[in-house]
Amino acid sequence: MKKKTKAIALGIFFWGFCFTSFANASSEEFPVAPPPMTEGMFPCSNCHATMEVNRKKRVLKEEHVDMKLHHAETMRWCLDCHDVKNRDKLRLYNGEVINFTESYRLCGECHGPQYRDWRAGIHGKRTGYFMGSGKRTYYLCAHCHDPHEPKFKPIKPEPPPVLPMDKKHER
Amino acid sequence: MKDKRYTRREFIRNASLTALAGLSLPLLSSCAKEEAEDFLQKHFHEMTGEEKKQVIAKLEQRYLQKYGRKFQISTTEAVPDTLWGYGLELSRCIGCRRCVYACVKENNHSRHDPQLQWIRVLRLKRGNLINLENSDHYYNPDLVPEKGFVYLPVQCQQCQNPPCVKVCPVHATWQEPDGIVVVDYNWCIGCRYCIAACPYKGRVFNWAEPNIPKEEINPSVHYLGNRPRMKCAVEKCTFCIQRVRQGRYPACVEACPTGTRKFGNLLDPNSEIRYIIDRKRVFRLKEDLNTEPKFYYFFEA
Amino acid sequence: MEKLREIWNETWHFYKRTLILVATGSKLYYAWCFSLLAIIIAGLLFYIKQHDAGLIATNMNDQVSWGLYIANFTYLVGAAAAAVLLVVPSYVYQFKPIKEIVVLGELFAASSVMMAVLFVMVDLGRLDRFWHMLPLIGSMNFPESLLAWDVLALNGYLFLNLLIPIYLLVKFYYRKKPNWKFILPFILLSVPWAVGIHTVTAFLYNGLPARPFWNASILAPRFLASAFCSGPAIIIIIFQIIRKVSDIKLEDQALFKIAELIAYAMFLNLFLLGSELYKEYYSHSVHIAPVEYLFQGLHGHNLLVPWIWAAMTMNVIAFIIFLIPQTRKRLTTLNLGCIFVIIGVWIEKGPGFVIPGFVPDPLGEIHEYLPNLLELMVSFGIWALGLLVFTLLMKVAIPIETGKFTHTGYEKEITASRSH
Repeated sequence: MKKKTKAIALGIFFWGFCFTSFANASSEEFPVAPPPMTEGMFPCSNCHATMEVNRKKRVLKEEHVDMKLHHAETMRWCLDCHDVKNRDKLRLYNGEVINFTESYRLCGECHGPQYRDWRAGIHGKRTGYFMGSGKRTYYLCAHCHDPHEPKFKPIKPEPPPVLPMDKKHER
Repeated sequence: MKDKRYTRREFIRNASLTALAGLSLPLLSSCAKEEAEDFLQKHFHEMTGEEKKQVIAKLEQRYLQKYGRKFQISTTEAVPDTLWGYGLELSRCIGCRRCVYACVKENNHSRHDPQLQWIRVLRLKRGNLINLENSDHYYNPDLVPEKGFVYLPVQCQQCQNPPCVKVCPVHATWQEPDGIVVVDYNWCIGCRYCIAACPYKGRVFNWAEPNIPKEEINPSVHYLGNRPRMKCAVEKCTFCIQRVRQGRYPACVEACPTGTRKFGNLLDPNSEIRYIIDRKRVFRLKEDLNTEPKFYYFFEA
Repeated sequence: MEKLREIWNETWHFYKRTLILVATGSKLYYAWCFSLLAIIIAGLLFYIKQHDAGLIATNMNDQVSWGLYIANFTYLVGAAAAAVLLVVPSYVYQFKPIKEIVVLGELFAASSVMMAVLFVMVDLGRLDRFWHMLPLIGSMNFPESLLAWDVLALNGYLFLNLLIPIYLLVKFYYRKKPNWKFILPFILLSVPWAVGIHTVTAFLYNGLPARPFWNASILAPRFLASAFCSGPAIIIIIFQIIRKVSDIKLEDQALFKIAELIAYAMFLNLFLLGSELYKEYYSHSVHIAPVEYLFQGLHGHNLLVPWIWAAMTMNVIAFIIFLIPQTRKRLTTLNLGCIFVIIGVWIEKGPGFVIPGFVPDPLGEIHEYLPNLLELMVSFGIWALGLLVFTLLMKVAIPIETGKFTHTGYEKEITASRSH
């Protein structure tokens, strides 16, 4: 009896280990900077833990009104990315729940080429050290792209170079 | 008869000597003290390690006096097995010129009279990329990017067959082993032949003594890179030699808000730039001139 | 050793004597020299200002980085080359009317080269670092850099064109026969060297693929053809002046022969220009832009257009004048033709060559360039210096050539004054 329980326990332990390590393998480690949350918003469960869940797709009128959803809004809405049960997490297509620090996995589900480039280090802003032992930081997608309204707004350009002394320069 | 000749000859001789002396005085005094100090300085390649240290000490002293900051002037050599390459994603450049001004700050450019910038952003109408004659350098709209235009930043391409190095009459510019084309500012005679030879307008000239505001000076410099220059010497982008030899990204790469700029070691198969060359549609400017530039442009959309 | 000391003593004595020649002259001579001196001093003062402030005091900028100074340099190298090319073969082929003026032609070449070198020197941003250009002492980039070749070629040419006339003049002064075995190789060398200096100058523009306006194989032949027009034209004018103010006998025949040569050279110049224009306008690639800028104006920028068309008109009129014997053999029309050639080729080879190379610049910018007062004054100063040097050289050379100024004459004077 003792030997059998030991075997079963070992088996469960072994398979549990495999499963958890398998789960870990799908969440690669990138040295990302902390997610750019609006102040006072996180953890979302502060409000949402006790709130009633309304799964109906609608435009929010009472809270989060400063946020405009302009990101495939005809096909998706808030609860397609934010987990229904735990608002402190995001939801992948297969139902898996991930942290905000891994949000790139969610973005990568639709934006595959950019995700692949980002993993290689060639998509997006790069700062710090590219070689040697210096610190290298990856930015989350959300650091540059507002996930609710990702299109870059036009910005004011820096001034053009000073014209060399020139009588006429029409174009 | 003889007396008359004598006095006339003497007069002319004395007059010409005084004139020469009088005229040479302002010429000598207009030479700055720095010029006199640096007059016999050797070419960087010919300096021994000890001489380099002396020159660094002299420069540190000079910059301390001029700008009130303690400078760190490095003479780091090229990292072995490196050849720097640059990638630029044209589909993402929005023409905001943040790279231009980040470079100006990092590399201690003269801000005005003359204004020097190593990076030039060109605005081209969509449908045209090669005929740069139709580019606009002085666009200044309220917001960028503008519809119907593509933005093309250009800087020194660190060519593998650099025409500027070929034509310099005094070897003041040469290519380092890691591919960066550098200038020994103290050796340049200011003939501007290299500026005529460069197909990319990568090189600019200090037409006068540079004007750098003291509060914006960057004191971590490299002798061949961003140390404050002097009047009438040529300068150019050095891929931020003071940064990349330490493994840091150049300032323009860090400044770009849309992540357009990429940098890496062409000899490292795992580098970002090699990833780009292997997978993206890269091209280089004016490839028919056979200069073999290291600046790879590519498009996504 | 003894021989060398003798040569040194002779030359030094000769030099001291020439100072007398230079210091005495007519009122016109003094007026000429002092007005030139005034212009030189003005130029020098402006140059000091440029040296102080840096080249920002000129109108040059990053886009048009070479201007009036290099334009003048190109023209003067051509004039220097042509002087020797014309004069020395005439001497070698014993064309008698020109034989007497070899020395004068070479001195003209020397003054021209001196002016050209001065123009490069004022254009250098850091003249105090000129020693970096010297071979062995500095680090001259020979043989890769064409500017290094040019420095060697021009200085060698200057040396040749000072050695030969001074040697011959000293010998004439002492009424000694020149050692032809010694000097003839130098004279013969100066002919290919003259071709060399202008070819090297052409090559330094030619070898730049970044500037398609200059990157044409036709450049060196064009340079030589236009040099062969302007140099002899200047010589014709100068020799008429020399003929007037001194006893040198110069037959009209010599001048007409030179003018005939100019006609052929101008034909070649116009033909080569025509070839360039055909290639640009027929192929009509994007590289037509500088030619369009020069001849028509580009995007509204047309500063050089009236100049180049004036130059073209002058060149064609001069060509016709020199071609037709009646106009060629009449001094008034001949001189008019010469003036036209001098100015026309200066425009075509100076600003009309250097500036379009920078317009548009490699990134497509168009910046027009006009020299400012400082550049004009410094340029005038250098031209005045060249004219002054040439005048002083002539003041010495002509009396020696005509036999008026000799050592025997000096000795006679000394004995005459002693016996008083």
